[in-house]
Amino acid sequence: MTASLKRVVAAFAQPGGRGLPMPLALAMLAPLVIGLSAAFILPVGRLLLVSLWNPHFTLAEFIRIGETPLYLRIFGRTFGLAALVTVLTLTLAYPVAYLMARLTGWRLAAAVAAVMVPLWTSVLVRGYAWIIILQRTGLLNSTLQYLGLIDEPLPLLYNQFSVTVAMTHVLLPYMILPIWSALRTIPRDLPLAAQSLGAGPVRVFLLVVLPLSLTGVASGTLMVFILALGFYVVPALVGGPETLMIATLIGQQTTELLNWPFAGALAAVLLAITLLLVAVFNRFLGLDRKAAQ
Amino acid sequence: MTAARAIDEEFTGLQPIRGGTVAVEAVVKRYGDFVAVDDVSLDIGQGEFVALLGPSGSGKTTLLMMIAGFDQPSSGAVRIDGVDVSHMPPHRRDIGMVFQKYALFPHMSILDNVAFPLRMRGIATRERRRQAADALAMVSLQGLETRLPTQLSGGQQQRVALARAIVYRPPVLLMDEPLGALDKKLRERMQLEIKRLQESLGATVIYVTHDQEEALTMADRIAVMNHGKLEQVGSPAELYERPANPFVANFIGETNLMDGALLGIAGEEWALRLDDGSIVHGTPSVAARRSAQLGARVRLAVRPERIGLAAASEGGMIGTVTDVIYAGPTLIYLVRTRSLPEVIVRIPVQSDALKPSRGATVALAWAAANALVY
Repeated sequence: MTASLKRVVAAFAQPGGRGLPMPLALAMLAPLVIGLSAAFILPVGRLLLVSLWNPHFTLAEFIRIGETPLYLRIFGRTFGLAALVTVLTLTLAYPVAYLMARLTGWRLAAAVAAVMVPLWTSVLVRGYAWIIILQRTGLLNSTLQYLGLIDEPLPLLYNQFSVTVAMTHVLLPYMILPIWSALRTIPRDLPLAAQSLGAGPVRVFLLVVLPLSLTGVASGTLMVFILALGFYVVPALVGGPETLMIATLIGQQTTELLNWPFAGALAAVLLAITLLLVAVFNRFLGLDRKAAQ
Repeated sequence: MTAARAIDEEFTGLQPIRGGTVAVEAVVKRYGDFVAVDDVSLDIGQGEFVALLGPSGSGKTTLLMMIAGFDQPSSGAVRIDGVDVSHMPPHRRDIGMVFQKYALFPHMSILDNVAFPLRMRGIATRERRRQAADALAMVSLQGLETRLPTQLSGGQQQRVALARAIVYRPPVLLMDEPLGALDKKLRERMQLEIKRLQESLGATVIYVTHDQEEALTMADRIAVMNHGKLEQVGSPAELYERPANPFVANFIGETNLMDGALLGIAGEEWALRLDDGSIVHGTPSVAARRSAQLGARVRLAVRPERIGLAAASEGGMIGTVTDVIYAGPTLIYLVRTRSLPEVIVRIPVQSDALKPSRGATVALAWAAANALVY
């Protein structure tokens, strides 16, 4: 995190005369820092504080999480689902990004539009679209019945399946775009050079293209995983009782039960585990270092 | 000097290469309506160094890409060692290639970059490390094996690319403006090094460049291309002394082109009346000898260093000196005549020749053998 901040500052204040002098760079960052502090860091900090200070210092809320199997199960489910969705988006996104990197002209514009337009569409709309497709009398079930492949409608909605499908769909662009951008920056000469040196198409991909696109894979994976952890609307729309996610649980505690200290404790645990995972991920893939290149 | 020498000619770690032959047979490459390469035929012998020279967009790189296999000819054939490879994928052609921007793999160490083609050929790890280290020693880059490409200077990176392209001893080595990204000093040194390396290894080299000096310095033969067509193929001296047409005359070295009409033919010496009325002499080119008739419009090409300045009283082509430029070894005179805005004349600084100052009226003179009629 500090490394990222340093990089941001360094980007503004480059040594050797280019760029802006350090005080000016800091001054330009100030509005962002103040805005983030007021709108994000202070409220979150306050929420976290409430979980520990109610009205005296106490760990009761955290102990309650640790002692209740239901809450632990919800945590496990949330991380498990986030991991599954990440793997699915990666599998689906890489071929799309690879294809996009080879397109030019109007074909590229069409492909970019196909990826971006869903991103600009409300998550609610996309959630309802999945309900129309997946419900008992929905598009998919009626088509399968019409074709005679099934007799009874399949239970496709309000379960783990529908949540996974919808989240994968919503998060796909966040995986495609960074991988595409990494693939696009690979100089055209490199695969050509590999070919001239005797590498067939498979080895060109495995030894040159894939390793050089890993920065995009890393940022896409991290982004999708973290976004999936906090997903609220999609599970609420297309999920059922057995797909209660941590974000939904926190929402219930704050808006329905008004149990702010417990919501704070849940948020703190989620934040801690997420940061830990990001740190581990960073360590292994060196995201900071690679992004800096 | 020994320490500064970057490529070690006495190095014997790499065995000589058996150079391959390359035959380009009536190759045409079309992109829609655009003809990038227009019916080019070229035979390249074993161990020959051929430069493809031309302005940008002349089709020289497209031709190279078809020899490398990154592109297929629309018609015609490319043969390497007699085998038609026109539709063989590049990784099976066993060709070495050096790119303008080095094209080193940024995620691999220098040693792994050079060992890459050996790895593709299934050579065991220890053996390929040894051979790669040998190739790096040949381009004087010992001690940099574990570095990453970005940690090297441009000249060093291009040496690595060179080592990588010769480590598996390909019979044919293709180079696509390999020195284009380097500064002038380094470029001139690398030209000699690459030439020396090619001669000691014996590989056949096809070298694309738009820099005529580079082509003259390095190549055994130069193929001049323009608008997708092959204008002339020949040794540097042939191209310079006997350019086949005004384009080649102008592209290889400097040339003054003068228009006029053919006045008289006396064996190898033709007389012309230029548009300013002056009567000059020249030697017919092959094409002119075949077709020209008395009175026909012709064009005369004279190199700046083959023109002498004389006092105006000598007669002939008269002009006014508009500028004198000191260019180190030579003085460049810009002379305006009645029909030509600028005739360039180069006079060696260290000579007894007449050196008029700006504004002087002079006569331009040359030996008929030094002027070509087209």
